Amino acid sequence: MVSIRSIPSTPSSLTHLDLQWIIKHREDRCTLCGRCTSVCPKEAIFLTYRRQRMPKLDILKKKRSSEYRTFTGIRQRTEPANRCIGCGMCATVCPNEAIGPEPNPNDPRVRLLHNDKGEAWKRGGRRNFRGSLLDRIMFTRISMLTDPALDAGRHEFQLNTLLGRVLSPEEFLRRKATGGWIPPVREIFPFIIGSMSFGALSPNMWLGLLQGVAYCNEVLGIPVVMATGEGGCPPWVLKSPYLKYIILQIASGYFGWDEIIRAIPDMQCDPAAIEIKYGQGAKPGDGGLLMWFKVSKLIARLRGVPEGVDLPSPPVHQTLYSIEESVMKMIQSLSMAWGFRVPVYPKISGSTSAKSVLNNLVRNPYASALMIDGVDGGTGAAYNVSMDATGHPIASNLRECYLDLVAQGKQNEIPLFAAGGVGKNGNVTQNGLALIMLGASGVHIGKYMMQSAAGCLGSEQNRCNVCNLGICPKGITSQNTKLYRRLDPDQVAERVADTFMAISTEMRKVLAPLGRSQSLPIGMSDAIGIDDAAAAEKLQIKYIC
Amino acid sequence: MCRLALKTASKPFSPYDVLTAMEAMQEGYDGSGLGLVLRGVKFTDFTYRTQDPILSGIAHTEAAYHRLDAFMQEKGFQLKYDHEFDVDFKKIEAQDRYKYFLRVYKLPASWKTYAADEVEEQLMLNRLELRKNGEDHGGDLTVFSFWPDVVTIKEVGWPLGIGKALHLNDDRIEARVVMAQGRQNTNYGINLYACHPFFIQGIATMTNGENTAYVPIKELLTGMHYPGYIGYQSDSEVFTHILHYVHKRLKLPLETYKHVITPLKTEELNMHPQGDFLKGMRNVCRRMIIDGPNCVIGSLQDETCIMVQDHKKLRPGTVGGKKGEWAMASEMCGVDAMIPDRDRSHDFQPMRENTVIIPPDRKEMKIWSQFDPYPLPQVA
Repeated sequence: MVSIRSIPSTPSSLTHLDLQWIIKHREDRCTLCGRCTSVCPKEAIFLTYRRQRMPKLDILKKKRSSEYRTFTGIRQRTEPANRCIGCGMCATVCPNEAIGPEPNPNDPRVRLLHNDKGEAWKRGGRRNFRGSLLDRIMFTRISMLTDPALDAGRHEFQLNTLLGRVLSPEEFLRRKATGGWIPPVREIFPFIIGSMSFGALSPNMWLGLLQGVAYCNEVLGIPVVMATGEGGCPPWVLKSPYLKYIILQIASGYFGWDEIIRAIPDMQCDPAAIEIKYGQGAKPGDGGLLMWFKVSKLIARLRGVPEGVDLPSPPVHQTLYSIEESVMKMIQSLSMAWGFRVPVYPKISGSTSAKSVLNNLVRNPYASALMIDGVDGGTGAAYNVSMDATGHPIASNLRECYLDLVAQGKQNEIPLFAAGGVGKNGNVTQNGLALIMLGASGVHIGKYMMQSAAGCLGSEQNRCNVCNLGICPKGITSQNTKLYRRLDPDQVAERVADTFMAISTEMRKVLAPLGRSQSLPIGMSDAIGIDDAAAAEKLQIKYIC
Repeated sequence: MCRLALKTASKPFSPYDVLTAMEAMQEGYDGSGLGLVLRGVKFTDFTYRTQDPILSGIAHTEAAYHRLDAFMQEKGFQLKYDHEFDVDFKKIEAQDRYKYFLRVYKLPASWKTYAADEVEEQLMLNRLELRKNGEDHGGDLTVFSFWPDVVTIKEVGWPLGIGKALHLNDDRIEARVVMAQGRQNTNYGINLYACHPFFIQGIATMTNGENTAYVPIKELLTGMHYPGYIGYQSDSEVFTHILHYVHKRLKLPLETYKHVITPLKTEELNMHPQGDFLKGMRNVCRRMIIDGPNCVIGSLQDETCIMVQDHKKLRPGTVGGKKGEWAMASEMCGVDAMIPDRDRSHDFQPMRENTVIIPPDRKEMKIWSQFDPYPLPQVA
């Protein structure tokens, strides 16, 4: 039967009530300046003429009628491509608080239509789940009378961790006596800026982070390091003394490594470490993905590719045939490239197979650490289904791996680093220390850094999350100069310093009442508890209520 | 808080002297128990040869005592001397005490071919086997030490009261080194094995404090799967095992102990003449870094005595004495009580970087600092 067209309804039709974010516009405050419509990254709102009925009552003539007035108002588009993402830039620029998005408390049907033209939903951000097990872990072993609590403000605290393969004491002494190779070890701050590529991030964001990291190291004495992510590193950084604060990542696309290898002879110092990315918590089984919008002239040059093409990295390293081979080839080759002076470690996505990888690394004398990225990790671009449903939560994954090392007596030899949802709800220090007490030597924070240092608007309420489209309204994940010039690198650097100073203070505030100050309390599981009996049993920590 | 007292003298003395010194420190201590370790032992009714191992412990039942006898006979140990304590059981709080044993054995003939290391290992394994035997029988046998020239006594109650109940003042036992600690582990359930001093293969330490890094250290030691690294009824037992690991197994100089449990900071090590080596040591022994307030007093097989503090010196500790006679105590009044006729101006309270060592010759106390050159040539 031929459908009627009199009612404008198609399978994909939406009203503004079907969208996740509804624009609330107050006409009485609006001056029609147009700033909101011009700033909206999704062109979700537009100025339009609207007609309003004005009831008219003429009492003397005993006559009722209507008059109509025409006015210019704001209207929200309902096409999925132009859906409001809730970023709130309209509210940011509005001089009169006349406009802003509000979450739709009803059933936003738009989520059923994220597959237009057969294209599955891709986005940036992290798993759209606001809960956090880490937030529920409390530090319960308080020193009071059996031993005095420390003074967080005045006592000295050793907060740093080690990145690198640590030998057993027996082997260390044997090698010292015989002049053998001692694997490189870095003393770093346990909160590491996680891998975000030069490509995923705008040049201003990247510069701001690096400036902030340098300031933390050289002025504040907090030895923060940051990881590049896939996609190389600007040549001026490679040849600068700041390279020592950078963990260079090599991933399955090998983007940027031509530049890196060529720069080795000109490097003033060694990088902090090399991270080999085998997996990522946000999208296990997928390689990196840089959408064509973000492949600018600069990025194309760095990565050695043409401008404006999608850059999907393969899901696995093409040289990878088996884990043994991968460990042997990649870790050893990269160690060799820097004369065995730089720690080289793999990054994997949280998985039930993490223990197998770990046990392989334990037997490899060149493996420096293992980084496990849990399901709540963020990304610049991935399929929604990967982000929301694929992967393993970090807490139990890390704990199992740590306890496996404990059983072998190897917990000091292969440091474990954890990531994925650290600081998801703002509790970055608490989350990080909880993971450390579960056995991590340190944690990686990416999304939190974007939020804290650059004002990223993304959230697990599916707010914004358009990093993949290169339209980041704050200029954090865009390669469009018009957008990223909104971000001042100096201000980002300042916020990086603020963030790490605060983390450092909060760490002291947690460690002081626990009576710990001499070393990072890695694996101090007697200090923590959780109000969930099943989680407590799984994590082998105390159940508290 | 635990009260600690150690006295070392060239001329053997009664352990009761140290117990009376403990009385001086009674203020602020709960007197819930006593742990004693004696070295350089002398019996009035037996001529002791120092290479013969002494088994110390408690049989809680007659059956356990007979089982112990049978066990030792089966292993080929020949009983040379069985010290009979003159016990006044009415003065002992605990009811389940059948016999405090302190027996000198001759090593089995079959061990003659063993090297010194093997003998030491076998002695430890025998002690552990006996301990397990007791645990398997409802805890009816408690074994504290089985080692040449070492006697251990542990009991619940007021220290001086225990000394009187066992008639330690009858001078039938004397020793050149006496370590005493006056508290049971009242933080948790009372367990005789949780009472300091702890002992393993000739090394004994006692601590007043709380080791807040206990769990990660315990997990590391347990993961070594070394037979003697068991127990851990007290968080302080790891101090003994770390000293054993560093000094006995890694065979590093005694000075290394301090560098392991409270290493210097990176900035300090960067200035240290052996900083590179010590930074490496700090990394490889990182999980043995202690935390919390602690004063550790220890003694070694050769009668060397040491005292070290935690890195923030959050616990007191004083060493004083004179040539041939030295005392270490958690309180200054304890040192006064043990050696009153000394020059107090030479007393020393070790700071965070110090290790005080009284060598076996007891001529003078050696104050060693972590900032001093480390005896690296002995190591690498």
